[in-house]
Amino acid sequence: MSRQPETKQKQRGGIPLFWPLAALALLLLYNAVFTQDFLTLTIRNGQLYGSLVDILNRGAPIMLVAIGMTLVISTRGVDLSVGAVIAISGAIAAWLIVAHDTPPALVILLTLLGAALCGIWNGALVAFLDIQPIVATLILMVAGRGIAQLITQGQILTFRDPVINFIAGGSLFYLPFSVTIVVVTLALTAVLMRWTALGLFIESVGANEPAARLAGVNTTFVKVFVYTFCGICAGIAGLIAVSNISGADSNNAGLNAELDGILATVIGGTSLNGGRFFLVGSIVGALIIQTLTTTILSSDVPPHYTLVVKSVVVLAVCLLQSDAMQASIRRLATKGGAA
Amino acid sequence: MIRRLLLRSPVVATLGVFVLLYAVSAIRYPAFTRPNVFLNLFSDHAALGIAAVGITLVIISGGIDLSVGAMIGFTSVVLAVLIEQNHLHPMLAVLVVLLIGTALGTGMGWIIRTFALPPFLVTLAGMFFARGMGLVVSLKSLSITDERFTAFGAWEASIGSLRIPSVSLVFLAVVALGAWLGRYTRFGRNVYAIGGSEDSAVLMGLPVGATKIRVYAFSAFCSALAGVIFALKGSSGYAHAGAGLEMDAIAATVVGGTLLSGGVGAVPGTLIGVLIFGVIQTLVLFENLNSWWGRIAIGLLLLMFVLVQRIVTRRAA
Repeated sequence: MSRQPETKQKQRGGIPLFWPLAALALLLLYNAVFTQDFLTLTIRNGQLYGSLVDILNRGAPIMLVAIGMTLVISTRGVDLSVGAVIAISGAIAAWLIVAHDTPPALVILLTLLGAALCGIWNGALVAFLDIQPIVATLILMVAGRGIAQLITQGQILTFRDPVINFIAGGSLFYLPFSVTIVVVTLALTAVLMRWTALGLFIESVGANEPAARLAGVNTTFVKVFVYTFCGICAGIAGLIAVSNISGADSNNAGLNAELDGILATVIGGTSLNGGRFFLVGSIVGALIIQTLTTTILSSDVPPHYTLVVKSVVVLAVCLLQSDAMQASIRRLATKGGAA
Repeated sequence: MIRRLLLRSPVVATLGVFVLLYAVSAIRYPAFTRPNVFLNLFSDHAALGIAAVGITLVIISGGIDLSVGAMIGFTSVVLAVLIEQNHLHPMLAVLVVLLIGTALGTGMGWIIRTFALPPFLVTLAGMFFARGMGLVVSLKSLSITDERFTAFGAWEASIGSLRIPSVSLVFLAVVALGAWLGRYTRFGRNVYAIGGSEDSAVLMGLPVGATKIRVYAFSAFCSALAGVIFALKGSSGYAHAGAGLEMDAIAATVVGGTLLSGGVGAVPGTLIGVLIFGVIQTLVLFENLNSWWGRIAIGLLLLMFVLVQRIVTRRAA
C-alpha cells in the first residue's frame, strides 16, 4: 500500500520523454530506410542542407509556439490566440517596414512589444477577471485576424529588408538562423524556469491554485506572466513567418498554429490538467509533428493524405499516454514478468 | 431585479442585445424592417446554426467539439460523390452521410469515455481526420446537379407573402429538437448533470459514459446535417467547406448564454446567438465596411458577453 505512490512517482518522472522520443526515433528510422537521401547533408555557401535541416527550419515556428504554450498549459490554461498573434505581429512588422521605413532593430522591438501586449490582454482576462482561459483567448482568436487585416488594410504587404529577411533566410553556425533563435529561446526559458523559483511557481498554480496562493505565490502575476511569455513566443514565430515570405499574409500566417502548439505540448508529456511541464518534451513533440509532415510530403503518399495520417498519429500518441492505456501496458508488463 | 432575471435566464440578456442591435440597424437602414432581411438571417446561417445546436449540448456537458467545421466539408463532399458518381437516390445519400457522421461522433465519444482523454484533443484529431478524408475523397469542389436534390434546396414554404426556404425550416426543426432534448428528456437532464459536476453525476448513478457518447454522436449528427445544408444551398460539395466554422459556432453558443465551463445554457439561446452573428455580418455588409470589422465586432461582442456572465455568476456565488 505504502509503496504504490512511490512507484507511481517514479514512473511519472521517468516516462514522459520516453514515448515522444520513441515516436520521433521511429519516424526518423522509417525515413532513413524509405526516404531517399534523408540523412544526406551537404554544405553549400556555408550552410548545411538536407531533410534533417529542413525539419528544424520549418519546425522553428511550431517549436517556439510550443515553448510558450507549455508554460500556459502547465498553469491549467490554454492559449487559443497564438495563430492570431502570429498574424498580428507579422502585420505590425510589415506595416512598420512598408509604411514607416522603420529601422530593423526597432521593427523587432515594436513587433515583440505588440505581441507581448496581446499576451498581457489574455493574461489580464484570465488573472484579473477570472475568465476561463479557453474563452478568454477565444476572444483574441476570433478578433485577431480581423485586427491583423485592419493593420495591413486587407492587403498582403511585401518588403525587402536584409535584416528581417535574415531571421528565416540567413544562416549561423552552418544552420538556418531560425534554429539559433529556437535554441536561445529554449535555453533562456529553461534557465529562467529551473534556476529561479518561477518554474516551481508556475507548476504550483497549475497543480493547486488556492494552495499556491495560500503559500504566498503571487498567482495573478504568474498567470499574466505565462500568457505574456506565450504572446512573445508567438511574436517571434510571427517574425519568422514574415521573414519567410518577405511579407505579411494576415489570412494564412500562423494558421492552426494554436492546434499544432497544443498538440506538440501534449505529445511532449505536459498534461492538459496542468501541474508539470516538460520543455524539451514539447520541442520533441513539435519535431514529431514537423517530421511527420515532411515524411508524408517526401513519400509516395499523395499530400492530401497528410491530415488523415496526422490524425491517426495524434490519436495513437494520446492513447498511449492515457492513464487507461498505461495501466493496461503496466498490467501486461507485470504479467509477462511473472510468467 | 434585473440581476435576478439575468441569473434565471442568461437568454434574456442575449435576446435584449439582439433586439437592440436589430432596432439600431433598422433605424440606420429601413431595409432591415423588411421581413425578408429577417428571414434571410435563418437561411444564410442555417449550417452554422445547426452545427451550433450540437456544440451547445456538448458544451453544456462540459466538453467541446472542434470537429464540426471539418465534418461539414467531409459530408458535403461525400454526399456529392454519392449522388453524382454513384447515382444514389438523394434521400438515401443524405441518410448514408448522416449515418457516417453520427458513427464518427460515436467513435470520438467512445474514445473520450473509454480512455478519459480530453475532448479537446480527441475532437481535434477528429477534425484532422474528417478534413483529411474529405480531401482524399475529392480535392475539387463537386457540383450536384441531381434535380430531386436541387429542387428540395430551392423549395420554399409560403405563408401569405412570406417565403421560407427549406433550409431555414430544417434549421428551426433542429433547434426545436435540440431544445426538446435538452429540456424535456432524461438524456438532456443527464447532460446538464454531467456538465455541472461529473463526479456528482457518477455518484448519483447516472449513465455518465453512455450520455457522453450520445452527446458527441448528436453533435456529429448535427454537423453532418449542416454539411447536407451546405450542399443544398450551394448545390455542391467541397472538402474545404466550413473551415473555422467551429470557432464561430462556439462563439455563437457563448453569446447565447451557455457557459463553457458546462452545466449552464440552453439551445434557444444559441439560436439567438447565431442570429446576432448574422445581424452583425449583414450590418457590416450594409455599412459597406471591410469584412474584417465583422470579425472584430464579433470578438468585442464575445468579450462583452463573457464579462456580463462573469459579473452575474460571481454575484450569484
